[in-house]
Amino acid sequence: MNTRETRRIVEAGLARRHRREGLFRLFGLLATAVGVIFLGVFFVTLAGDGASAFRQTRLQLDVTFSEDVLAPDGEPDLQYADYDALVRNALWDIFPEVQDRRARRELASLASIGAGYRLREVVLEDPELIGATERVSVPVAADVDMFVKGRIDSEVNAQLRPLSDRQLEWIDTLQREGRIERTFNTALFTNGDSREPELAGIKGALMGSLYMLVVTITLSFPLGAAAAIYLEEFASKNRWADLIEVNINNLAAVPSIVFGLLGLAVFINWIGIPRSAPLVGGLVLALLTLPVIIIASRAAIKAVPPSIREAAFALGASRMQVVFHHVLPLALPGMLTGAIIGMSRALGETAPLLMIGMVAFIVDVPSGFTDPATALPVQIYLWADSPERAFAERTSAAIIVLLGFLLLMNLTAIIMRKRVERQW
Amino acid sequence: MEPATLVLIVVAMAIGAFQLGRGRALATVGGPGGMRRLHSLPGYYGYYVALWALLPALVLILMWIVVEPRVIAALVVSGLPEAQRGLTPGELDLLLNNIRNLAAGDAVSGNVDAALRYAAGDLKRLSASSHRLLTAASLALAALGAIVAWRRIAPDMRARNQVEKVVLALLIAASSIAVLTTIGIVLSVLFEAIRFFREVPLTEFLFGLNWSPQTAIREDQVGSSGSFGAVPLFTGTLLITGIAMFVSVPVGLMTAIFLAEYASQRVRALAKPLLEILAGIPTVVYGFFAALTMAPAIRRAGEALGLDVASESALAAGVVMGIMIIPLVSSLSDDAINAVPRALRDGALALGSTRSETMVRVILPAALPGIVGGILLAVSRAIGETMIVVMAAGLAANLTANPLEAVTTVTVQIVTLLVGDQEFDSAKTLAAFALGLVLFVVTLALNILGLQVVRRYREQYE
Repeated sequence: MNTRETRRIVEAGLARRHRREGLFRLFGLLATAVGVIFLGVFFVTLAGDGASAFRQTRLQLDVTFSEDVLAPDGEPDLQYADYDALVRNALWDIFPEVQDRRARRELASLASIGAGYRLREVVLEDPELIGATERVSVPVAADVDMFVKGRIDSEVNAQLRPLSDRQLEWIDTLQREGRIERTFNTALFTNGDSREPELAGIKGALMGSLYMLVVTITLSFPLGAAAAIYLEEFASKNRWADLIEVNINNLAAVPSIVFGLLGLAVFINWIGIPRSAPLVGGLVLALLTLPVIIIASRAAIKAVPPSIREAAFALGASRMQVVFHHVLPLALPGMLTGAIIGMSRALGETAPLLMIGMVAFIVDVPSGFTDPATALPVQIYLWADSPERAFAERTSAAIIVLLGFLLLMNLTAIIMRKRVERQW
Repeated sequence: MEPATLVLIVVAMAIGAFQLGRGRALATVGGPGGMRRLHSLPGYYGYYVALWALLPALVLILMWIVVEPRVIAALVVSGLPEAQRGLTPGELDLLLNNIRNLAAGDAVSGNVDAALRYAAGDLKRLSASSHRLLTAASLALAALGAIVAWRRIAPDMRARNQVEKVVLALLIAASSIAVLTTIGIVLSVLFEAIRFFREVPLTEFLFGLNWSPQTAIREDQVGSSGSFGAVPLFTGTLLITGIAMFVSVPVGLMTAIFLAEYASQRVRALAKPLLEILAGIPTVVYGFFAALTMAPAIRRAGEALGLDVASESALAAGVVMGIMIIPLVSSLSDDAINAVPRALRDGALALGSTRSETMVRVILPAALPGIVGGILLAVSRAIGETMIVVMAAGLAANLTANPLEAVTTVTVQIVTLLVGDQEFDSAKTLAAFALGLVLFVVTLALNILGLQVVRRYREQYE
């Protein structure tokens, strides 16, 4: 009787409870899907925005390297000659019917100011060209590039679009004549920053990041490894070791921008290292990654079984010998994996670099540890702030490059971990 | 000689010293055959001599690099004409900079007179002789150290113990870098913050409702009184953090539950690495996404609903930040759920409860302290997050709780105050350090609290 009553109650509620169970499960699935879907949307928009930046529109111009322009006084000054005039003349030659001053200026503005630089390179390489006519491929202005890539809608009211109606017509004609081509955007990888999107590249930022990471790894890996060895193998449970432990755990969670404040106050204002230098950035990032590396290294050392140590002790090795001859070689791959992960975190870090002046507009590619420089993520930040449409594309491209590097580093770490993972 | 080359030479000398020490140790016992009579392995005698050659010279070089510029600057200043020695420190700095540029052959601002040129020559002479002195002194010290150590070598000298003592000292020094960093952070932020609070009272900073840090450069400038009431920043930070938590806590927690309880092995093997990718994306990339994709989307959606959304709404930054924190919340919740003893779960299931009932009524209450600790860590992460809010949240310090309006945060203001030209005696620049102090203290407190809760909870079941 009692059992039957219970059964009745349970069975009456069963359908409702199973419905709830299904609902709960659905919520769980949806929650998991949120993260995954975001990742999908994110990569699709990124690839959609950024892929086109790896190709660059160029214009085939028949340039007459006339002596009147290159050497107006008879003696050619090839460094500072008026190459822009050559570009203008070449464009005007294609459209001889354009005579109006404003129209001619609009026509000339189809080519990038980089076109003149390109001609200078060509002439400096082969001075024989002076006086001859040669077909040269030059970069177009960013707006033209955007239009050719279909990012500027020709249907939009002419007032609201950066290219006028006649400019669109000229581009059409140039395209019909086969003068417009799209090639791989080498400028993106060989140029420093620029105000002109079509000339801007990430080489300066990449080199800046590289110099910083060199400083960071040379400092943080030895220091982190040494600290981990001390804490795992030598430190007795005393106040000092406890203090260090608590410190490391807390430093791992201090906002990165606070490390930037430290860098500004100590390295720049107190020690006097120049602002914007990769040296300061590397120092700050070294302090920032130190906790990561210490924690990973300690885990690697802990994973070495005590039997190894005991065997070495039994053979009469001193404590130092046990650690450096036996434990460390076994723990080293794990420690290096931690170092790579720390470096990938350092590569993506932006906020502390803003504090120490690495956010300046720097055109030159840095060639040393104290040259003013910027870093790849900071370059992304700077370009994301630029209003030109063409920079949005390049920002996405720079992000793709950054994520590519991070992926490479993490894959290396994963493969390394897989290869050295051993079951004791 | 440049310090870098000097260090290389000293290192080369140390390598030579190693060979000498090792050779002498063997020689004292009559070749490798007598090795058993040595206290330590021969290599340790080598290391002993090498350390004596290396360490004193390196310490000297390091100290020289730190002290040299100050000493030379003082000497150059004392050689300047009477009139220029009375300048204020700032002007003197400028003058010294000019002298340095002149000596290096760079462009010089202002006119170059005879006194300046004389000082530049002075500087060149001084630094040249300083370099010569350093080279001679450090090389002599390295040689002296090596010779002293070399002469001490005897079969019963405890070389290994000595070397190990030095190595242990180096290990301890490396591990105390973490403590030094914390001290460095506290001191650097604290000193500047104290200077700030001398100009702006602490109560105004903590309780003032108006934030406009533009201070007047000239006396007669209009509209830049500079008020430093940080309450709008705190509320802005809390608003964005709140939105981020509103997104990340339910989603992260449900993700952890789903992956722990319902997902098949294959789904788990796929979803976990994907979520880890989410955690590995740099924050500047999230910021870009928030500013250029999320904010316009929210604005369009708001317009469709007839709402007025600011282009830099707190919502866009908060939602993207929430997505960024999902992996953190889910992994910490996962830890907490997994730490609940299996017996509790099996008991509940054996009594006939469904899996969701087991989860909600048994496991979650048991795991609650761990989850709360994890959420505290996530909050601290959200408060300190910089790039997303710098790129997607505004600069206007609005005191509002409306997520559709633009607000600014503590981190955004630190960045805006410190990026660009700065002078270190204006309240505007110092305010950034005061904000940094608040940020550091708050995140530190949250972390300590969170770690404590997590740890105590873990011990409960272990």
